[in-house]
Amino acid sequence: MILLKDVCKTYELGETPLKALDHVNLSINPGDYLSVMGPSGSGKSTLLNMIGLLDRPDSGELYINDIATHSLIEEERAKLRQNNIGFIFQSFHLIPRLTALENVEVPLMLSKTPKHERREQSMKILEQLGISSRADHLPKQLSGGQLQRVAIARALLMKPSILLADEPTGNLDSRSGSEVIELLEKFNQEGITLMMVTHDVQLGSRAPRKLQIIDGKLSEVEKHHAFS
Amino acid sequence: MRLVDYWEFSVPVFKRHIPRTLLLTLAIAIGVCSVILLTSLGEGARRFIEQEFSSLGADLLIILPGKKETQGGAPPIYGTTTRDLTLEDVQAIEHISTIDKIAPIIAGTALITFQNRSREVITMGSTPAIFPIRDLTLGEGRALPENSSTQHVPVIVLGSKIKKELFGNQSAVGEWVRAGDYRFRVIGVLEERGESLGLDLRDMAIIPVRSAEMLFNSPALFRVIIQLSQSNSEAYTEQRIRKIIAERHEGKDDISFVSQDSILSAFNSIMLTVTAVVGAIAAISLVVAGVLIMNVTYISVAQRRHEIGLLKALGATGLQVKRIFIGEALLLTTAGSVIGMLLAFSGIEFVRWYWPDFPIAATWWAVISAIVTAFIMGALFSWLPAAKASKLDPILAMRGFS
Repeated sequence: MILLKDVCKTYELGETPLKALDHVNLSINPGDYLSVMGPSGSGKSTLLNMIGLLDRPDSGELYINDIATHSLIEEERAKLRQNNIGFIFQSFHLIPRLTALENVEVPLMLSKTPKHERREQSMKILEQLGISSRADHLPKQLSGGQLQRVAIARALLMKPSILLADEPTGNLDSRSGSEVIELLEKFNQEGITLMMVTHDVQLGSRAPRKLQIIDGKLSEVEKHHAFS
Repeated sequence: MRLVDYWEFSVPVFKRHIPRTLLLTLAIAIGVCSVILLTSLGEGARRFIEQEFSSLGADLLIILPGKKETQGGAPPIYGTTTRDLTLEDVQAIEHISTIDKIAPIIAGTALITFQNRSREVITMGSTPAIFPIRDLTLGEGRALPENSSTQHVPVIVLGSKIKKELFGNQSAVGEWVRAGDYRFRVIGVLEERGESLGLDLRDMAIIPVRSAEMLFNSPALFRVIIQLSQSNSEAYTEQRIRKIIAERHEGKDDISFVSQDSILSAFNSIMLTVTAVVGAIAAISLVVAGVLIMNVTYISVAQRRHEIGLLKALGATGLQVKRIFIGEALLLTTAGSVIGMLLAFSGIEFVRWYWPDFPIAATWWAVISAIVTAFIMGALFSWLPAAKASKLDPILAMRGFS
């Protein structure tokens, strides 16, 4: 359960302040599948970062699983982020000097899990995503689709309650793009909340809940209809 | 992150930037090496002086004319003598039972001439006792005659360098030289030998003390060196001498004593200070290495913005990010310290092999302070860039903005 109440965020860019989020109210239920669309610079990414606890609102409240995140200190926010939120980025963001397996392991390394345990868990998730044969490859030896799968494995490793995807297919060809989307939707059906930022209308319309941001103002495009 | 994780996370970074890593390690190694090596040289010099003193053998006591409160520092530069110390004073004290040998000294410079060659030479008037006391050995000829303290005998013993300069390769013993208004016959030449207590004995001449009295036209003794017949009798001897001299000097206690121990401890404390100062100067190179660490860490933080942003998005705390960068700097410091120590100790071994007489030795306090300083520099100078990394905005960092 994620709840945003009157969240505002303004960036000082040059002389005119840019309203990235303007009194945003949003409630996300566990297992929801949302897409966020809007022109560039409208505040899509800001919303994602806000929910991902990478950014702080200027005003307003943000609850994740009933925890008032706006009053947490940075270290507590990092902990919450580690345990509840999985990020997927347009440009994958794998560490180039680490193998696929080691990249997947990073969140467990940050949480001080012993090595053999993290190996085991990471291998399992790579198998689940069908790329365990690439475990020992460096990112430069992998294709775009494979890179994004490694990134998804890393995002899922900590069993987050919400997956935040920022243009996850932006750097992929259409075939591996749709494979990645199908993969994400599969995990959503298994119960993980999925929130995806995109400017691809076709992709955005796949989500039962469609949000639109224009100049920092959030609106719901359609009421959600029954998911069958 | 656990310690082993920091290690596994950072080592590939070094492998990717081998020249940078090696240069930085080298800078730290040079710093650590120079601190250890230079302080070891200082310590070696201190031990060398200590050896020189102990090679003089038994306990020495030196009487200086004039009253001066002294803990064994340098002898007075200008005279505060109320009354000269003379050969008669020496004759009055030489029968004290604890005195083994006694050598009065009158010193000055004299122009010594042989044929058409002349040299300005420090000339020391003394008795035969000066030879065993100062551990002087003759290369040829003989030492001063026994009656040196009672009458003028026109004989002279030359230092090896003076002999060479005046006589070249020709034999000097038996020849006559002129010193001031007097003529002396060369009866001996000192054996070639290095410096002793800062006095270049090769560049000196020794004549009987009575002759020196005449030559310099003054009965005032420069100092009297006493060799004691048994150790730990310094205090007793000093007291006896003071009493006798005071009786002879109208009740005035106007002489000063310097014992070998007090000179030694003075030298020791001077050398320790010099060693520490030299070490501190060498430590400047560690500061330079520290600045390098800071520079490289800044570059590393800039190059790895994406990674820092990512780590934070994956739940790394600012503290963890800071630790990664400080940890990398400290890893390099460790490598540099180990290599620096190896370099320093092989340098010390080399000096030992090349110059076996010099007792070079690494002191534990210098080794420890070199390494501690290196680590403080590593932590201190990586702190700023690491703090900068820990404060990076993850989103902007991942997009590559500052």
